[in-house]
Amino acid sequence: MDDRTKLELKKTATKIRMGIITAVASAGSGHPGGSLSLADILTFLYFREMRVDPKNPKDPNRDRFVLSKGHCTPGLYSTLAHRGFFPVEELTGFRQTQSHLEGHPNMDKVPGVDMSTGSLGQGISAAVGMALAGKIDKKDYRVYVAMGDGELQEGQVWEAAMAAAHYKLDNLTVFVDYNGLQIDGKITDVMNPEPIADKFAAFGWNVIEIDAHDFDQIEEAVNKAKETKGKPTMILAHSIKGKGVSYMENQASWHGSAPKKEQADQALAELNDYLNSLEQ
Amino acid sequence: MSEKIATRVAYGKALAEIGHNENIVVLDADLSKSTRTDFFQKQYPERHFNMGIAEANMMAVAAGLASCGKTVFASTFAVFAAGRAYDSVRNSIGYPHLNVKIGATHAGITIGEDGASHQMLEDIALMRAIPGMTVISPADAVSTNALVKLAAEMYGPVYLRLGRLDVPVIYDADTKFEIGKGIQLRDGNDMTIIATGFMVDPALKAAEMLKNDGISARVIDIHTIKPLDNDIIVKAAKETGAIITCEEHNLFGGLGSAVSEVVVKNCPVPMDMVGLEDTFGESGKPYELVEKYGLTPENVYNKAKTLLNRK
Ligand SMILES: Cc1ncc(C[n+]2csc(CCOP(=O)(O)OP(=O)(O)O)c2C)c(N)n1
Ligand SMILES: [Mg+2]
Repeated sequence: MDDRTKLELKKTATKIRMGIITAVASAGSGHPGGSLSLADILTFLYFREMRVDPKNPKDPNRDRFVLSKGHCTPGLYSTLAHRGFFPVEELTGFRQTQSHLEGHPNMDKVPGVDMSTGSLGQGISAAVGMALAGKIDKKDYRVYVAMGDGELQEGQVWEAAMAAAHYKLDNLTVFVDYNGLQIDGKITDVMNPEPIADKFAAFGWNVIEIDAHDFDQIEEAVNKAKETKGKPTMILAHSIKGKGVSYMENQASWHGSAPKKEQADQALAELNDYLNSLEQ
Repeated sequence: MSEKIATRVAYGKALAEIGHNENIVVLDADLSKSTRTDFFQKQYPERHFNMGIAEANMMAVAAGLASCGKTVFASTFAVFAAGRAYDSVRNSIGYPHLNVKIGATHAGITIGEDGASHQMLEDIALMRAIPGMTVISPADAVSTNALVKLAAEMYGPVYLRLGRLDVPVIYDADTKFEIGKGIQLRDGNDMTIIATGFMVDPALKAAEMLKNDGISARVIDIHTIKPLDNDIIVKAAKETGAIITCEEHNLFGGLGSAVSEVVVKNCPVPMDMVGLEDTFGESGKPYELVEKYGLTPENVYNKAKTLLNRK
């Protein structure tokens, strides 16, 4: 990836992170930690990779994205808004009665959302269905999924993993946002899902490990996934929960709580400083 | 009336009949020879997918397929479709109102020998509580055939409650069915027997027994439990003044509950209910269980007589 493209992606990701803070701060609730850890992957997918058209969000030939870790709507909505699916100003209505921006993704209410999720472990199954439909119809769209590393504790994830390999869904790429944290603490303390890479490999998946905050590595992994035939790909993306906001980084407590006004201002100031540094 | 066919068989055959529609995809969970989706599989193997013994995954996979425009029939036993996979059905199919038809076979105690773990008696309650879910419970092979086809034509989630046991054919082949419209099988003015699924045939027999006592009982087949045909129920309440419901389901949340909800709001009349009295089933020969748990014409008849005293 050339430096210019990378710089643009970094700027966009920073704006998306600012949107995440704005959304959760306006709502007074929501999930900043896992949204911030996923922000670079979302940015890459929506601004560099996926074939989507904000003017035709239901295009049958579009690439699909399923937020299996459905609580990270601040990340998804901010990305969709910045990509033009709806106005960025609407992020301030997040989780509020008069807004379409449901706490968890709703495919009927929010343009650009491809699957309603929220119950962890189901999004990946739905994505298997989408990838299967693509195979039946001989369409060339690709299906992307973002999952949490804690989410891997759901048994249904492994049912879906089995099915994806069984039906050779090489049009399916799953990112595991490997931030090491879930609500009650470290994933390895709560219920150890390790070894994650080996498990997916044993289930017949192509497995790639990357740094979730390095656009070159994200691009390379996605390209490898596209080249891989006969197998789905799992990209184990080492990430920092809360990435980009100093006091939120690697803190389980910021999984599902919103910053107070002063905290939000500090977060936005930090992100804005970073944005300015990129623009110089 | 001599012919007996299980509604699951009628379901599988109906799927094979409509399978030329390339939009239809059928999923099964290692039970295709029992749910009888094997009829479809033989003709359209490229659109039949075995999802293995993983029902929760199957239901959400069905949702994903439906989101891409497919009309999906997902089949397994009712106990797994509505029970084990409930959360997938609720959140991935019901909430986004996707076009998935759940072919839930082996409902009720008449599956017999497999026993209580497999005898689903709560599915009507669970499924009708999901907003927007259509719940269909056919009585025989003819109505099953028609309702499967109508379910395929309509958009949205449908739960089809089907049985394992061979049951009498009640309807003429050319009967017209409409989802959401009950069918009056027999007229009467003294009381009404409202039945669904397996219980429609015993209900008809009970009406015949009542006739011998000079009681004229109306019989209605509610093949669609949701949306419920309020008109036919209110009319029956007004015109006959007493209603007894019959279902192969727990008495909590099933047909009896659904009918009473309509009756109390519109035209309260004395009611009684035949069904499982808040109990699990057990292993046994289907008709022995039917006797033991009171799903017989005699029990309907007895309860009906007592009910008439309350009129
Ligand atoms: C089936 C289910 N159980 C519980 C929850 C509640 N919940 C929401 S987020 C979460 C923790 C998720 O952790 P992880 O998957 O690691 O997400 P991330 O760190 O990426 O935010 C839990 C338990 C849920 N949404 N779904
Ligand atoms: Mg995590």
